[in-house]
Amino acid sequence: MTTIAIPNAVLPRTTRTSGEPVPLLTDADRKGLTKKEVAADHPTWCPGCGDFSVLALYFKLIERRKIWHEKITTVAGIGCSSRFPYFVQAHGAHYIHGRALPFASGVSLSRPDLHVFVFGGDGDAFSIGGNHFNHTARKNIKMTYVVMDNFVYGLTKKQTSPTSPIGFKSKTDIWGAVDQPINPLKQAIAAGATFVARTTHTNANHVLQMMEAAMDHDGFSFIECLSECIEFFPAAFDASNPRKGGKFDLIGPEHDVTDEMAAYKLADEPFPGKFGIFYKNNRPTKNKLEADIITNSRAKVKDLADWQILQKTFDRMK
Amino acid sequence: MSDTASANLTAPGGPPKLTKISEAVIRIAGNSQDGIQAIGGFLARLAGRSEQEVMTFMTIPSTISGGPSIFQVRVGSGEVLSSGDEADMLLAFYQHSYEDHISSLKIGGIVLYDSDHVEPKPEWQETYRHVGVQISGLTVEAIGGTGRDKGKNIYALGLLAKIYDLNVPKLTKLIEERFTGKDASVVANALTCFNAGYSNSLENLLKTYQFYPAEAKARPQIVMNGNEALAFGLIAAGVRFGAGYPITPWSDIMELLRRELPKYGGEFIQCEDELAAVSMAIGASYAGRVAVTGSSGPGISLKTEAIGWAVMAEIPLVVVDVQRGGPSTGMPTSIEQSDLNIACFGGHGDSPRVVIAPANVEECFHAAIEAVNIARKYSTPVLLLTDQGIATRIEAFDEPDLKAVCQDISPDLTAVQDHKPYDLNTTDGITRHLAPGTRVASGKYPVVTGLEHDELGHPTGSPTLHVKMNAKRRNKLRALSWELPVPKTYGPDEGQILLVGWGSAQGPLREAVDRARAVGDAVSCLHLRHLNPLPNDLEKVFRGFHHIFVVELNDENLYGFGQLAAILRGRYCDPRIRSITKTDGLTWKVKEILDRSRTLAQAIKSGEA
Ligand SMILES: Cc1ncc(C[n+]2csc(CCOP(=O)(O)OP(=O)(O)O)c2C)c(N)n1
Ligand code: SF4
Ligand SMILES: [Mg+2]
Repeated sequence: MTTIAIPNAVLPRTTRTSGEPVPLLTDADRKGLTKKEVAADHPTWCPGCGDFSVLALYFKLIERRKIWHEKITTVAGIGCSSRFPYFVQAHGAHYIHGRALPFASGVSLSRPDLHVFVFGGDGDAFSIGGNHFNHTARKNIKMTYVVMDNFVYGLTKKQTSPTSPIGFKSKTDIWGAVDQPINPLKQAIAAGATFVARTTHTNANHVLQMMEAAMDHDGFSFIECLSECIEFFPAAFDASNPRKGGKFDLIGPEHDVTDEMAAYKLADEPFPGKFGIFYKNNRPTKNKLEADIITNSRAKVKDLADWQILQKTFDRMK
Repeated sequence: MSDTASANLTAPGGPPKLTKISEAVIRIAGNSQDGIQAIGGFLARLAGRSEQEVMTFMTIPSTISGGPSIFQVRVGSGEVLSSGDEADMLLAFYQHSYEDHISSLKIGGIVLYDSDHVEPKPEWQETYRHVGVQISGLTVEAIGGTGRDKGKNIYALGLLAKIYDLNVPKLTKLIEERFTGKDASVVANALTCFNAGYSNSLENLLKTYQFYPAEAKARPQIVMNGNEALAFGLIAAGVRFGAGYPITPWSDIMELLRRELPKYGGEFIQCEDELAAVSMAIGASYAGRVAVTGSSGPGISLKTEAIGWAVMAEIPLVVVDVQRGGPSTGMPTSIEQSDLNIACFGGHGDSPRVVIAPANVEECFHAAIEAVNIARKYSTPVLLLTDQGIATRIEAFDEPDLKAVCQDISPDLTAVQDHKPYDLNTTDGITRHLAPGTRVASGKYPVVTGLEHDELGHPTGSPTLHVKMNAKRRNKLRALSWELPVPKTYGPDEGQILLVGWGSAQGPLREAVDRARAVGDAVSCLHLRHLNPLPNDLEKVFRGFHHIFVVELNDENLYGFGQLAAILRGRYCDPRIRSITKTDGLTWKVKEILDRSRTLAQAIKSGEA
């Protein structure tokens, strides 16, 4: 008979035992968080980096929607943009390069009480994490994913990214990039994402609007947010910024967001293209489908304790 | 076969004489699509229901549509430690089964062959007792039909039942249970086949056999293979989330969990690859309840970066590695123990984690629970190393007291005043993971991270903090090592040779000790279940012996030492630690272990090794 060397133990919650029990708070007792309460470390980004506005608007979203610290989780991979979780005063995880989506899926699928936000860069999303992007989209796992697309690898200091335009001179393409770039919107639509939007860091109201719509979407909501890398690809998005002589064109009311072909076509417009919600549908989430499987499976064993369910199985293995 | 009666020479044609035996090794050889595993499975489950000990061994063809395959069953009234070196009985369905496996038979053993497919060789008639039965033809005769070979496995089971005087009502019940849910005619056909086999007069047989009654067991016996035991162990431990990507031989575990977990309110997700699988499991663990991922061979290599993250971020996790032959795609259906290094050290940087290897099917169940408890208590990834040998082998063991062992490990989300995920002011380095969803009244929330960090999880470039955090991650596993029981030797704690093994080597090693002791050789063995960290005080055990031979299924490597041997030499700096390794893809035979250790001891004595 085998013995278990390390039995199940009642574990202390945390190493810090600071006296009195924490008072329970009902939501009604609580005020919305202020910016000060949601801001953590001062961002390490270069002054002028587009990522600052995305962070500021995430704070705004939290304030506006009265989200408590513990109701969200902020997840990221690796990159300048992926440093995000350190700057947010809430539960967060800074995971490995390219794999933020499966990590976030694990959180989302096991914790329906949390809203999971994922932030990251174009390399993280479409190069090393490209396959996860496709599969998370097709499975429609509930979360909000904001890709801060700067068309370059920022953290590793100016290499070609999967969204770098042809001709972009980087340290790995000193003559100018030669590979066909990825179109994140087309990719998302083709992969089966159920919410696909595009915005840019220079239009604060629009970013917030897209984030709110994404958060309210029951499914995998993807936002491509143009976010300028002032250091390695300055002026990349001037053509989309009216203050720099460009034009910021919203998707018109005539566009049917449930029309996949129309969305795909709209996404194919050359830069600066359109901004807004390209595509949206209400396919059931994986969260829901898995929950249904659980409900059906439990219908047969509903009055039994877990050990009794296992006992029934073991009884058939004698 | 341990006969008690001496050979008896009843003339062929007369009634076979009944002989009492304490155990039998039966090797069934055919093609995998013939259902030979099913025969083995019936015998194993019958043994379980008869409170006999049983162990099986099978080879799976690596070809997709089947091919030569064997299933070996060892049934005994006393303790059965391994699946047996030599068979007492070979059941051969084809010429290739007959020719390839006759050498696995004891001299004087019985070869029961399908005379419709096997042409016996005259030169073997002297050495082995040949019993030919038209298995294919008689099966068709019994149930009619197309002449396809369906049912001949059950016919053969009938023959075995006759030869070994097996409990027919119990077997009948097992057959009925196995086919319930299918068409009634399927059950009827199976029983017809069985009865036809059972009533064959078996004219060439000299003896039939009967097992001594087994000693009554305190608890009912349960029969399953290692993959099943491990998966059910995880469920008992309270694991409710898993993620994986299919690969042999790990796939069985993920299929089982996918099917079973929803009953418990859990889910198992099939991912796009192993990188996603390990990440999803880590995400779920981070979310508050230890989750599981697993793989074999190349899939384990893919998971290493993420496992390193879990070490750094101190997130509990269970990773199952059902080892197979490597490197690369390697030998998918071979038995090997060559993942110890990647389990203990895989990945870049210094990343201490826990490695546990169960010794047999029963231990798979309990080790899974232990892995979960260690992962939680020490906030660390735990690798559970099994191998193809245990994974697919069926054993009967004491049914665990499920009410007592099943655990609830659902996350506690009550608010805390304050939390430091990487507190440096603990004596043993152990800190707790705080699940998201927990309110922290101080308003300072933890970030978990793979960057070197300060106590709150914020990045740091400070060399001092890196040194301190490295020490923290290392010290908590040192603390664990002091909690681990010091394993005891099997056999006296003093002698000439100490055989040290891990994983599936336990059974053959113990049997080797029994056999060596029976002829007066002072051999004992030591089995290590906890491989990283190792339990303390092993040097005290080593002190009792002249030689320490580590027996493992991997290569001796550049410097002549298998993977565990190299770790033990590094840990104990004891030059007496030597290595006995092999990579032929098969479990250890007892004889092999005895021969190799005698030769090695001899070579050391004569100064050749
Ligand atoms: C496995 C792995 N490969 C490479 C790297 C190095 N690396 C870190 S971030 C990065 C690319 C970052 O680009 P992007 O995702 O676009 O983020 P940005 O910095 O532009 O915000 C690379 C290549 C890494 N951390 N891990
Ligand atoms: S390198 Fe570019 S992306 Fe990174 S922080 Fe600086 S400006 Fe932003
Ligand atoms: Mg980038």
